[in-house]
Amino acid sequence: MYKIVQREVLSKDVVKLVITAERISKSRKAGQFVIVKLGEKGERIPLTIADSDLEKGTITLIIQRVGLTSHKFFNIKEGDEVTDIVGPLGLPTHVKKLGTIIAAGGGVGIAPLYPIAKAFKEAGNKLIVILAARNKDLIILEDEMREFADEVLVYTDDGSAGTKGLVTSGVEHIINRENVDEVVTIGPAVMMKFVALLTKKYNIHTLASLNTIMVDGTGMCGACRVTVGGTTKFVCVDGPEFNAHEVDFDEMLLRLGAYVEQEKIAYENVLKGSDGGVE
Amino acid sequence: MSVNYKELKKDRSSEWRQELRNLLSAKERLKGVRVKMSESSPDERNKNFFEVNNGITAEEAALEARRCLDCPTPTCISGCPVNINIPGFIKEIEKGDMKNAAIVLKSTNALPAICGRVCPQETQCEIKCIYNKIGEPPVAIGNLERYTADTERLSGEMSIPEVAEPNNIKVAIVGSGPAGLTTAGELAKLGYDVTLFEALHEFGGVLVYGIPEFRLPKEIMRVEIENLEEMGVKFVNNFIVGRTASFDDLKEEGFKAFFIGSGAGLPKFMNIPGENLINIFSSNEYLTRVNLMKAFKFPEYDTPIVKGKNVAVIGGGNTAMDSVRTAKRLGADRAMIIYRRSEAEMPARDEEIHHAKEEGIEFLNLNNPIEYIGDEKGKVKQMKAQKMELGEPDDSGRRRPRPMQGSEYLMDVDVVVVGIGTAPNPLIQQVLPELEMTAWGTIVVNDGMQSVTRPDIFAGGDIVRGGATVILAMGDGKIAAESMHNYLQNL
Ligand SMILES: Cc1cc2nc3c(=O)[nH]c(=O)nc-3n(C[C@H](O)[C@H](O)[C@H](O)COP(=O)(O)OP(=O)(O)OC[C@H]3O[C@@H](n4cnc5c(N)ncnc54)[C@H](O)[C@@H]3O)c2cc1C
Ligand SMILES: Cc1cc2nc3c(=O)[nH]c(=O)nc-3n(C[C@H](O)[C@H](O)[C@H](O)COP(=O)(O)OP(=O)(O)OC[C@H]3O[C@@H](n4cnc5c(N)ncnc54)[C@H](O)[C@@H]3O)c2cc1C
Ligand code: SF4
Ligand code: SF4
Ligand code: FES
Repeated sequence: MYKIVQREVLSKDVVKLVITAERISKSRKAGQFVIVKLGEKGERIPLTIADSDLEKGTITLIIQRVGLTSHKFFNIKEGDEVTDIVGPLGLPTHVKKLGTIIAAGGGVGIAPLYPIAKAFKEAGNKLIVILAARNKDLIILEDEMREFADEVLVYTDDGSAGTKGLVTSGVEHIINRENVDEVVTIGPAVMMKFVALLTKKYNIHTLASLNTIMVDGTGMCGACRVTVGGTTKFVCVDGPEFNAHEVDFDEMLLRLGAYVEQEKIAYENVLKGSDGGVE
Repeated sequence: MSVNYKELKKDRSSEWRQELRNLLSAKERLKGVRVKMSESSPDERNKNFFEVNNGITAEEAALEARRCLDCPTPTCISGCPVNINIPGFIKEIEKGDMKNAAIVLKSTNALPAICGRVCPQETQCEIKCIYNKIGEPPVAIGNLERYTADTERLSGEMSIPEVAEPNNIKVAIVGSGPAGLTTAGELAKLGYDVTLFEALHEFGGVLVYGIPEFRLPKEIMRVEIENLEEMGVKFVNNFIVGRTASFDDLKEEGFKAFFIGSGAGLPKFMNIPGENLINIFSSNEYLTRVNLMKAFKFPEYDTPIVKGKNVAVIGGGNTAMDSVRTAKRLGADRAMIIYRRSEAEMPARDEEIHHAKEEGIEFLNLNNPIEYIGDEKGKVKQMKAQKMELGEPDDSGRRRPRPMQGSEYLMDVDVVVVGIGTAPNPLIQQVLPELEMTAWGTIVVNDGMQSVTRPDIFAGGDIVRGGATVILAMGDGKIAAESMHNYLQNL
């Protein structure tokens, strides 16, 4: 039912999949995600809906391979089918005309940032996109962002593309240059933590989209819980976006490591080729 | 529900029932000894996920059926929330007509194989059996119910209820737990075009993601769903009504009425310090990983689970019992129930408590956690708990537990499962603000399970009752189907 109609490799570890999912393509809004599962034995993982095409009834997912399941998705072919896709999940981004927006994405956070950035631009904001990653290969969607953003800045850890430095350098550079009304940040938890610390210093309202571990994605299990402003929230139903200044990123970082030992076993199995093989 | 004694009397006075009654005197019947279900040995079963109860043999069933006195006023029936004609099906067993026994059962209970396994019989039908009055163990109604349903299923010739001519009226069922499945079946019988939407990738609600295989094999669920499919019910998985499509969208697509059986799936936590440490789970997460995602077969299945050595499960209900027995099966050295009241107040079924004890579960009753302490990686390593004592009765009539001063102590734990209950998922409330809800987030309905503020919406099961039971959810489904029929025919 959920057929892969297009597959495009965006970088060494990042793939873009366009998948038939008519209902979801109609009902989804920027900032929402789906839970996907491959095969009877597969696990359920969350992925942001990067884009959708109402006419074709498709949704676009952009996936970075980091472990077992994302690896399987990377290897999927055009014409293959995804067993299960459910969504749209989570609350849509509260998109408003605010003035000047910085959208700061790191690594695979760039994929979920894309629809949100686009929505902010469409709402009439001035949009400055900052993309950051370890190296040139991991910078994705730069051209796509340039199509609508007022400005796109690129930062890499090793200087292989754009400016050498971290995403926070870029954000601070813009804040010092002009008035910024809101920052939206998506990326690894550590990165969001430091962006939040920085914008707090300048007292600029900041949204972070959290990528916690999930199981059902419907508020049923609590696997995705984080502490925000001192109370426990479920990212899948109360989020995924929260006021970054209130998020306990340290707790979130620890919780993301909950299954590292098991994930390693599973990933090594797949790399050894005992479970699907490598491309 | 009130019992229709007139109808029952008619059945009871049928010739064959009279003959059967006269075969043995009451005195002789009373000599029978209640059947004991054979169970796998505790030391073996606490290491695997196979069903604990092995069922009873045909001979045992016949002997047990003989014990039933076929009372003129069968008090047992008033204990069953859906008023199953209990002597009716039991006497069919005694007669040896298993096919009819199943028909009688299924005329009131669409899922007898499930109820026979998971109903709290000791507080429902069996407690009302006349045998209790003379100080003898009651007729094993649950075991006989299970035997009847299993015999039918294993015969490969399940009777599929008759379905009326299609009336082409579309109705939508939200959620595939026992409430939704029952409503779907009843409406299909009446000829409606029924579509059942389920948020998860599998159907069955708590019966598949919550209750473990060792209590309720998933195969049973699968067969029930196949039967409903044969009756024409359309099953749609991965579909969250209110998100994937709105109620309005579905109305536009021609659905004339809705039954909401979305359950009470939101886990409660205690909000004590350290509760978000790694390896502290809600029962829902723990059981979903194991039952729905088959994490006990990791890495053959992709979903991981953490296998603890010292596992503390908080709570005293069925959910807690299922979690702690699961922990034992995953290899825990110590699998412990931490419950703030005493065993007498435990809401779990007696059988589950009994089985848990046999399997080596430790019961730390009158204990309550107050804090969790983690290691440098954020994993729980200790639980700070305190001892409790029982005070005055509270609203529920159970004695209220209160902490004993200065009784705090530390215990080593590496996995904690919080099974203190669930609340309704707030999604329905968010997307249908016009529905009247209680302060607990349950839907307010009239006697016909119809929303008091939106006549095209009906609801039942845990979304109406908070956490209840399978049979109550099914009872609601039945009533709802009847009043939906009434509503739709008068539209
Ligand atoms: C709301 C939401 C939206 C998301 N959108 C996207 C997206 O559009 N594209 C995309 O590529 N990824 C996205 N993610 C992250 C994605 O779900 C994880 O990368 C995926 O679950 C990893 O599964 P795996 O089996 O491949 O790796 P695993 O073996 O499970 O994990 C490998 C490594 O990744 C870390 N990890 C595990 N789960 C997550 C997680 N949920 N988030 C971040 N790191 C994790 C682990 O700590 C481990 O070190 C999103 C996550 C959330 C919660
Ligand atoms: C671990 C555990 C053990 C239990 N043991 C027993 C027992 O031994 N005996 C007993 O009688 N009772 C037991 N219970 C209680 C019993 O399971 C419940 O009372 C019963 O399942 C309630 O049925 P329901 O149909 O109302 O909802 P549920 O079984 O909760 O099913 C609701 C379904 O609706 C789906 N859903 C929710 N929202 C939507 C939506 N918007 N769109 C589509 N689908 C949706 C959910 O995914 C779920 O599958 C137990 C419960 C638990 C959790
Ligand atoms: S459905 Fe439950 S309560 Fe009713 S007779 Fe059967 S076991 Fe007893
Ligand atoms: S009360 Fe007991 S003995 Fe009497 S009809 Fe019911 S099950 Fe049989
Ligand atoms: S993923 Fe289960 S509650 Fe959020």
